[in-house]
This record gives sequence, structure tokens and C-alpha cells, in this order.
Amino acid sequence: MDLLTELAILVLAAFVGFEVISKVPNTLHTPLMSGTNAIHGIVVLGGLMLIGPAEGFLNDLLLTIAIAFGTINVVGGFLVTDRMLGMFKAKKADVPPGSPDAK
Amino acid sequence: MTRTDVIQLLYIVAFVLFITGLRMLRGPRTAVRGNQIAAVGMAIAVGATLAQPGVGDWVLIVVGVAIGTAIGVPAARSVHMTAMPQMVALFNGVGGGAVALISVVEFRSETDIPLDTLIPILLAAIIGSISFWGSNIAFLKLQELMKRAIRTPRVVNGALLGIAIVLAVIIAAGSESELLFWLILASAGALGVLAVTPIGGADMPVVISTLNAFTGLSAAAAGIALDNTALIVAGMLVGASGSILTKQMAEAMNRSILNVFFAGVGAGGAALPAGEGGGTARATSAADVAIQLSYARLVVIVPGYGMAVAQAQRAVADLAKELEKRGVEVLFAIHPVAGRMPGHMNVLLAEADVPYEKLKEMDDINPEFARTDVALVIGANDVTNPAARSVKDSPIYGMPILDVDKAASVIVLKRSMSSGFAGIDNPLFYDPKTAMLFGDAKASVSDILSEVQAL
Repeated sequence: MDLLTELAILVLAAFVGFEVISKVPNTLHTPLMSGTNAIHGIVVLGGLMLIGPAEGFLNDLLLTIAIAFGTINVVGGFLVTDRMLGMFKAKKADVPPGSPDAK
Repeated sequence: MTRTDVIQLLYIVAFVLFITGLRMLRGPRTAVRGNQIAAVGMAIAVGATLAQPGVGDWVLIVVGVAIGTAIGVPAARSVHMTAMPQMVALFNGVGGGAVALISVVEFRSETDIPLDTLIPILLAAIIGSISFWGSNIAFLKLQELMKRAIRTPRVVNGALLGIAIVLAVIIAAGSESELLFWLILASAGALGVLAVTPIGGADMPVVISTLNAFTGLSAAAAGIALDNTALIVAGMLVGASGSILTKQMAEAMNRSILNVFFAGVGAGGAALPAGEGGGTARATSAADVAIQLSYARLVVIVPGYGMAVAQAQRAVADLAKELEKRGVEVLFAIHPVAGRMPGHMNVLLAEADVPYEKLKEMDDINPEFARTDVALVIGANDVTNPAARSVKDSPIYGMPILDVDKAASVIVLKRSMSSGFAGIDNPLFYDPKTAMLFGDAKASVSDILSEVQAL
């Protein structure tokens, strides 16, 4: 893919990021940060792509560490966000089903 | 359709899931599902990547994933909610570290790299390294393994950034020296360490959020280098959302991001040394506080970092419930930068089962203070400091605060008379309608609770 196409994707993704996030209430800032934190664990893909073609002990070692790091980021990030959000969700039980608050 | 086309299509499915998931994080009722949807998107992106032609060395992949899972899962499962900021810092740091390592391997394994690949590699290396080392320092500070540190002169930080950029230009100009590349990582890493080291407590929300954005940006840069759209899109989504969050945090403190990193209130320009404001603070007892609270109509609780440190959130929630049983209306006033990460107080109170609707944001609660009988400040200081409104030369002048001093009476729970993170005296403590209850926040709240129950 050529650079300009990639830059176009980059800029559009930036605008989507701005739009999606700008309306999150303060209350959810921690889970939001922790959730986006998990998403940048996507770097693990870089390690997965490179480790096959990579040659030499050092390259393999560095990429294995990178994959381990990326996995910690992804798995830990999503799990911890889920735990946090579970606490917010618990409040649902207080709202009787069918009441106007139960959205 | 070729295999590559299918992989690209799966990546597009993953983007849709990421964006949908992030959108659902806007409301507490949809957020759990949103996070799960984003996780599914990630699983699809990983699966698609593994199906790419040329992916190999399965043993090492399995080893890497196994190590990562063995560390990440127990850490995420067992971390206390009060320790959440350092956990996020750590997860963020390893992400940045992964980017930096990937960029090293890319540089090492190819020769004659074209500029449109080389420049993103260099950017990913620099930003990833700053993020890795900066996040680790943030972790050490939040974990209180590292207390104080010297603020390096701005020139040094500037010079380190300069060195990294100059070396990057030399490599871009054609040098294939691996040593130079490692030096770039080292100088960027040193910059990350030195930039975060002097930043303390109250500025941490801005720091963590900035580093989060950095890791996202570095992932996007790595994506351009690798021609991988999933990395570009996901990295940039995080880069953009992290930047927005950083800006909101900084605005909530009425400071610029540069000001946080280069002229922190905590270490640098604190004007008034604590105690100089003068006046005497009035101490009170748990029994008196209990009486005041029980006969109030509206009590507003203002939690701060002190509540997190003392792990007092459950005691506070119990006290609120007990008061409500007695017909007292109880609300919580949450300043956007209370605690050590954005939304820190909300997470702790949610953990203690305080209903979401009772947590009021600053703009919603400030008009309510005029009809508030008792404002109960628990381990919060600077975010309630009226000096931010009136004292022009105060370092926090102009910072939006919770108008606690508008309440009919104020009770401040505090360990001692020491000043807050910003090192500024708080005139609120000397206000005639303010009473201080000294001691550990958890012990104090429990004492108040048992006094209320005894009434």
C-alpha cells in the first residue's frame, strides 16, 4: 500500500478517535483509558508478522519479548477494564426492569 | 479473493468492532459490552494476522503469548482498585516497549530501507521508547517505590530529544549503523525517565493519559512501517482519544500539557510555602461530626486521593447509606482530576457500590453547594482550595474547583495540617465554618459511622 493511502487512513482514524471519545463522561474516564490502553496492545500483531521472517537469535529474542509485552497489554488491559466496568454495571440491579430509568 | 484480501476484510471487521466498542464506553450501561466487543475485534485481528502468509516460528509465538498471558491475567485479576493507576501505567509501558522492540528488529533485518518505511520506524522507536520508560517511572512513583527525584533542567531534556532526532536524521540520511539506532532508543528512553521523574501525584492523570496517547501513536507509526492497516487504525484511535483525554485533564487543572511536564507545580514554582496563610484551624471530634451529619438535609461528600490511600471507599459508602437511612440526602462531588488518574474516584466508589447517579461531576454539583448543609471533604485538598478563585499569584489560580466553601459548614478529614500536593496553603481550613477531623481517613470515617449508628 502506498504511503499516501496509509496517511489518509491515519488521518481519518484520528478524527474517528476524536469524535468517539469527546462525549465520554468523567465518570468513565478510567475504564475508557484502560480500554483504549488494551486496544493499543494491537502492536502484538507487529511481533507476530515479523517473527517468522526474522533471522538470528537476537531478533527472535527481541520479538518474543515484544509478543509477550503485547500480550500482557492486550489480555491484561481488556480483563482489568472488564473488572472495573463490572462494578459500574452492578448498579443495574437497583433499577427495576421496565422503569423509565432502565435504558 | 486472495488470502490477503480476506485478511484485509477481517481487519475491517476488527475496526468496526473497535469503534463500536469505544462508542459504547460512553455510558455505564453499555460499557461492559463495549469492552467485550473491542476484545472480540482484537481476537479477530490477531487471528487474521496469524493466517498471513509467511507467519512462522510458531514455537516462539506460543512461548511469547504464554508468557504474556501468564503475567497479564493474574495481574489483571488480582489488582486492587486503588492500585489501578499503576496497573494501567504498566500495561501501557509494555505496549510502548513492544513497539520499540519491533522497530529495532525491522531496522536490523533489512538493508536499504526506503524512507517512507524508515521514517515511521524511527518515529515508532523514539515514541515507543519514551512511552516504555516514562510509564515504568510512572508505575514506580504511583507504587511509591520511588518518592522524590531531582528535576533535571529543561535544557537536558531538550538536549536528549535533540540527540534522538539528530541520530534519526543521520540514519535517515543513509547510515545503517545499528549502534546509532540503539543510541536513539537510549536517549529517548532517558528522556522518558527524566520527564516523568519530577512529576508528582496530582499531575499523574495527565501523565498517564499522555503516555497512553504516545503508545497509540507509536503503534500507528509502526503500522505504516509494516504496511499493516490494523495497527494504523487501532493505534491512531488510541492516539487521538488519548490526546483528547489529556487535553480535558489539563483543562480541568487550568494548565497546559507543556506546563505539566516542564514546570510542575509540585516541584518547581510553588509560591506560597505551606503555613504562611496564617489563621487557626478548628479541630473537631467524630461524635460532633456524626451529630452534624445526622441532622443535615443535604450532605455532599468530596473524595480525594486521601480516600484512595486509606482505602476508605467502603467505609465512606457505608456512612452514606447509614445517613440515607436517616433521611439525609447524600451526594458525591467528583473533581475531574481528583485522585491519580482520570475518573479514579468514580472507580473506587463504584467498587464500594455507590450508585452511579449519586456521583456528580463538578459543573453539576457546584450550584448545589449553596443549599448544602455539610460538605464532607475526605482527603481532598487542592481541588477544594478557594485560593484558586481569588489569589492571583497562587500556582493554582484559575483552576476550576469544587465550591465547597459555599456550603453552610465544612468538615475536612485529613491526616495532618500538611499542605496538599501542590504545596499550597488552603484557606478553606481556616474558614470559621470549617472543622478539621485529623487522622487516617478510613479510621475517621469508621468512627463517624459508629457514632451515627449510636445516635
